[in-house]
Amino acid sequence: MGLAEALSSGRFVVTGELTPPKGVDTGEMVVKAKDLAAIVDAVNVTDNPSARMQMSSLGGSAALVGAGVEPVFQLTCRDRNRIALQSELLTAWSLGIKNVLCLTGDHVMFGDHPQAASVFDLDAVQLLEAARGLNEGIDMNGNELKGSPALFAGAAAAPEAEPWEAQRIKFEKKIHAGATWFQTQAIFDFEKLDRFMTVAARHNVKVIAGLILLKSARMVEFLNAYVPGIHVPQQIVERLAGSDKPMEVGMEIAVEQVSRFKDTCDGVHMMVMGAEARVPEILERAGVKRD
Amino acid sequence: MIITKPKAKEAVLSMLEGYDKIFVLGCNSCAETIGTGGPEQVAEMSEFLAGSGKTVTGTAVIDPICHVLGAKRALREQGEAVSEADAVVVMSCGAGVQTVSEALEQAAFPALDSVFLGNVIRHGIYDERCSLCGECVLDVTGGVCPVTRCAKGLLNGPCGGMSEGKCEVDPDQDCAWALIYERLAKSGRTEKMAATMKPKDHSLHRKPVKISNR
Ligand code: SF4
Ligand code: SF4
Repeated sequence: MGLAEALSSGRFVVTGELTPPKGVDTGEMVVKAKDLAAIVDAVNVTDNPSARMQMSSLGGSAALVGAGVEPVFQLTCRDRNRIALQSELLTAWSLGIKNVLCLTGDHVMFGDHPQAASVFDLDAVQLLEAARGLNEGIDMNGNELKGSPALFAGAAAAPEAEPWEAQRIKFEKKIHAGATWFQTQAIFDFEKLDRFMTVAARHNVKVIAGLILLKSARMVEFLNAYVPGIHVPQQIVERLAGSDKPMEVGMEIAVEQVSRFKDTCDGVHMMVMGAEARVPEILERAGVKRD
Repeated sequence: MIITKPKAKEAVLSMLEGYDKIFVLGCNSCAETIGTGGPEQVAEMSEFLAGSGKTVTGTAVIDPICHVLGAKRALREQGEAVSEADAVVVMSCGAGVQTVSEALEQAAFPALDSVFLGNVIRHGIYDERCSLCGECVLDVTGGVCPVTRCAKGLLNGPCGGMSEGKCEVDPDQDCAWALIYERLAKSGRTEKMAATMKPKDHSLHRKPVKISNR
């Protein structure tokens, strides 16, 4: 079952995430993807995350398709103009990639090529509109396509960002632009999640809540300082710092989060960075049934 | 105002390798106002060049060097001081340097780096607020430019990196979209933000842009 079917079936979906290699060796990524595929509905392939240069998300997604794993092709506006973005969407579909997550992209200053030009010819809303146009058989200038895709286009949401009203307006613009499913940033504040879900409930969209498995207080400090859009509250930092088994505390937190998401959202996106083997345990302890 | 920054004096000196007689030209407009190419800086530069073994044939600070006809006339008026020089050091933005290289046979060298179109917040403090995009959208963004003041130039609202109204790129910098939202909210016009803005039409300012009203 693909991601679209899984989401519309009404069951709680689980997605994972992998980053293509910095280099040409996709072997390790494919092995991890196959392991993950046994547990999750789809695997996100990141697009030069934090603006660090890697193999493309398109290439990584194609490798997953080749291995029989359902990818979510992440596509950011940072590195490509509208010609390249549309071209990649068409290429993705022709390679058997159906799911695309349309993203703005982290600023180049976070990455390993801070001297690079930032493109942002389109923003995420405009990219969604472009994807919808392609699905309807036309490019951004109304030119007809020879064969059109049926991309399952989703977008990101930032339920915790303030001022929330500004984010809410953007969230709803993404819905109007054709996003039918959302993957959120990592969520730690359940009240803000509820605030977000109240708005989402007014629309016909699916929400996959983001989760980052926290492994240590040091990791959290790094996330808070260097990863845009992630704010781990102090009280969680203290919980991790106060334990001699921080990884197990992180597991506990993840279980609490999935338990909450299970009742309020349509799925969870697990960013576990290397701890893929522990995903089944989190799901099981949170009472998520997978068959 | 075109904001310029002085290049290191040594860098200017190394451009001038092989040139002995130098004319130093400043600009009485932007560069004078922000103190990068006015009379004082021109005097300082000629002193430095003279002290480094060059012969300074003359100096002038003329009204905007980017005004091509006016600048050509002003250079002619300098007579031998210019005609005898083998090179001109221009203390203006890049537009001014190019006026000089068009007007004279001699080489024109930039003493400044041209950085952006800036607002003078107060003397010595300049902010970029407009990047001359060719299609002004300030009418729908509460008078705050997202093309320039959002680090990504986003047109449809804040990215996920906005945090407590600050930008992901610099926590000391306001997120342009938080500013836009606040401005619009104050006047009860947030519906302006809800309308999707189309991608920019870059064909409107394809380089090099020319306008001819003749
Ligand atoms: S939208 Fe911004 S960059 Fe464009 S003309 Fe207006 S102020 Fe300048
Ligand atoms: S935080 Fe705001 S100003 Fe900074 S890049 Fe994102 S939208 Fe633009």
